[in-house]
Amino acid sequence: MVFSHRMQIFTNIGRYALLMASVFRRPEKWKIFYRLTVLEIDKIGVQSVGIVALLSLFMGAVICIQTAANIDSGWIPVYTIGFTVRQTMILEFSPTIIPVIMAGKVGSNIASEIGTMRISEQIDALDIMGINSANYLILPKLVGALFIFPFLIVMSMVLGITAGAWVGELAGVISMPDYQTGITYDFRPFQVAYSLIKTTVFAFIIVTISAYYGYYTKGGALEVGKASTQAVVYSIVLIMICNLLISQLVLT
Amino acid sequence: MIAVEGVSKTFGTQHVLRNVSTVFETGKVNFIIGRSGSGKSVLTKCIVGLLEVDEGRIMFNDRNFTAMNEQERKAVRQEIGMLFQGSALFDSLTVEENVMFPLTMFSNMSKAEMLDRVNWCLKRVQLDNANKKFPAEISGGMQKRVGIARAIAMNPKYLFCDEPNSGLDPQTAIVIDNLIKEITYEFNMTTVVVSHDMNSVIEIGDRINFVFEGEIWWSGDKVDILKTTNDELNNFVYASDFMRIVREKLQ
Ligand SMILES: Nc1ncnc2c1ncn2[C@@H]1O[C@H](COP(=O)(O)OP(=O)(O)O)[C@@H](O)[C@H]1O
Ligand SMILES: [Mg+2]
Repeated sequence: MVFSHRMQIFTNIGRYALLMASVFRRPEKWKIFYRLTVLEIDKIGVQSVGIVALLSLFMGAVICIQTAANIDSGWIPVYTIGFTVRQTMILEFSPTIIPVIMAGKVGSNIASEIGTMRISEQIDALDIMGINSANYLILPKLVGALFIFPFLIVMSMVLGITAGAWVGELAGVISMPDYQTGITYDFRPFQVAYSLIKTTVFAFIIVTISAYYGYYTKGGALEVGKASTQAVVYSIVLIMICNLLISQLVLT
Repeated sequence: MIAVEGVSKTFGTQHVLRNVSTVFETGKVNFIIGRSGSGKSVLTKCIVGLLEVDEGRIMFNDRNFTAMNEQERKAVRQEIGMLFQGSALFDSLTVEENVMFPLTMFSNMSKAEMLDRVNWCLKRVQLDNANKKFPAEISGGMQKRVGIARAIAMNPKYLFCDEPNSGLDPQTAIVIDNLIKEITYEFNMTTVVVSHDMNSVIEIGDRINFVFEGEIWWSGDKVDILKTTNDELNNFVYASDFMRIVREKLQ
């Protein structure tokens, strides 16, 4: 039993690699690929703007208030609040936690969409016509996500930091000039670049893992549900592992 | 003509197809019949290359499909139309877009030419005024018609139908069966129908292959099938009271 579980991991990795090999091919028709990619940018990106904005505003505000409540010692300068909001948003909340949320929203959607196409033989129908179904279905989602994720993440950073400023002033914990000092203190543009690279990796994980679980669904509606749960769980686990590895590699 | 030569297929330890050989003739409706789980769908998927065979080969008009690489197979695939058991229409596309799909992917027609072809196909399956509807908005029988229209859009030489009338009422089933027959004769196609429905066999079957436990147990035409002496085939054909009454009347 333990043995067969270990083998299962290798089977999965092998099948994942094979799937990727057919995803990264030349599309049948560029015009259609382009049209599908634009559709995916809308579905994955534009339709997630609301939830990403909402979460970012609240997180920025909460980090501001939390930090203020925890530094009421005269030794720590008040601009630390702005600094903390900026660092938290830029380094972890926007590039890591937002993708985790997106894994739940977009990942489950991708897995169930492709899984439904599998069990209703729509994927067989594509293959029969001589269309590379993996390439046709997955590449536009991947390119769309890789394109739009950085925009979402930058938006999240900006909104979180802005919300911190508003709430800090409204609650009377930090003045606008102090906040400004905080968010510009020791600012290293490299950290934003680092976050965007991280996010791109996470976008890749979400789309390909979810597509993988959808593409190899067998059975019926129940299995589609299972595939979509697995897609979310494994995407998040991989995001967390990669986050640790990338931080270790880049920041030390 | 499609020739299946000594095809075997195994899943793990389960021998689903054992040394299957048969011929599907051009301009005829060729049936593959048998009980559920006997390997009909696996055989069909092996023929069209959705599954790889373990042994044997598939010939499409003397072209060895089994030995081809992906690029060569693609050329043959464009001569194949397939109607799936659950219709397998793309549910994010309208009826019109579904039928147009293979044309947009593979032809160099202009939009207007494609639309002409789509309308012609939809008319051929007697489906007017549903162009802008989505698959979820039309009945099962209409979905099958759209499936047929999509399958014939590229003017295929070979037509495969997996249980074309499963889930349909008897009257609609006969309409769909006859549509398949007419189209086969009209365009001189090599048609393969997978079914377990004796009604269809009697209605439109030209040549019949009976699959039993992964082997072609019996082949012949529909006159022969009613007076077969093969035990397994007899059990299959005369499974229902209705068919037993037919047998008494025949004798
Ligand atoms: N992809 C597969 N993997 C493993 N076993 C399969 C697969 N496809 C079909 N089988 C098995 O092959 C046998 C024949 O199936 P099938 O050809 O679908 O039967 P039917 O004659 O009803 O169409 C069944 O026992 C089924 O469980
Ligand atoms: Mg079947």
